[in-house]
Amino acid sequence: MIQYAAILLMMIGLYGLLTNRNVVKIIVSLNILEIGLNIFIISIGFVYDGIAPIITSTNNSSALVFVDPLPQALVLTAIVIGVGTTALGLAIVKSIYAKYKTLEIDEVEEN
Amino acid sequence: MKKLLAFIAVIGLGVLIILALDNNYQFPAFGHAYLPSRVSEHYITKGSNVDIIFGQTLNPESGPANIVTSIVVDYRSFDTLGEVTVLFISALGVSLLLGSAVTQKRLELEFKPNFMLRVGSRALFGIIIMTGVYVTLHGHLTPGGGFPGGTMIASAMLLLYLADDQFRAKIKSFKILEGVAGSLYVIIGLIGLIVGTYFLSNFLDNGVVGDLLSSGIIPIVYILIGLKVGSEISGMIDNFLTEEEVK
Repeated sequence: MIQYAAILLMMIGLYGLLTNRNVVKIIVSLNILEIGLNIFIISIGFVYDGIAPIITSTNNSSALVFVDPLPQALVLTAIVIGVGTTALGLAIVKSIYAKYKTLEIDEVEEN
Repeated sequence: MKKLLAFIAVIGLGVLIILALDNNYQFPAFGHAYLPSRVSEHYITKGSNVDIIFGQTLNPESGPANIVTSIVVDYRSFDTLGEVTVLFISALGVSLLLGSAVTQKRLELEFKPNFMLRVGSRALFGIIIMTGVYVTLHGHLTPGGGFPGGTMIASAMLLLYLADDQFRAKIKSFKILEGVAGSLYVIIGLIGLIVGTYFLSNFLDNGVVGDLLSSGIIPIVYILIGLKVGSEISGMIDNFLTEEEVK
């Protein structure tokens, strides 16, 4: 049931994406949406009493109960791509500010 | 009005997702994922019928003791190559949008950093770099790897940029490092295609599970990824903290 908290986070991000008119706030909303999605994907692989999927000297056998490693690997990819898109978005924001001296989309459209 | 409409749409979508997931037999309840029915079981047992024992099992199908690493850099290594390409393209886009780094001068800070801040940030810089290199080197044994390690190295560069108003990294050597690391990743993959059977196949000996020098090409590839990610994000930081020279 705790997975629905992640869906709530996703919906908060989507609401921010739909209503905000400030470019930086749009990017922050996109990041919140992405974090919610990442938490949701990780939560799919959780197992009660499962340990982190690493064979170490104390947990030294693959016969132990591990949590699912595949969602974690997929989220690792998603995080890196999220960093890339955020950097690209912020670069676009920087050039918008350099040209129009504002971050509000409404004021950009007037010019 | 627009906000109300957005609110209703978002609530509707959320309720729809929860209704679709609730009591769905394909979607396990939280904490009750049944791994033997999933493909992850193969990744954990490394495809063998015998248990993998830390420090004993010799030459398994995939070397790393960290199973997430064995997925990211061994089973799905081609996927990771694409991921690194995405990061490269976004770094390219940032430097295209913000102008070339060579002709620009760095952004001035609002304050004058004093002696203590400058020396303290230099001392911290070494520790952060060391942690980043450690995390990268042990990516196949402990949590971490090339992506977090590279980001730590880049965060050390960010610290120097923020704490010193004169500092400017040698951005050209970062670009060269990035290109060399990316090309070497592809070349290692091609060697795997020639020596082994498929692109990015592990052509070195896997060794004993849990040793530092084990699991063949995976530590090498992860170090290359760490160097590439670190130099790429440092380049992005430099792009954001420089500006056109006002004449």
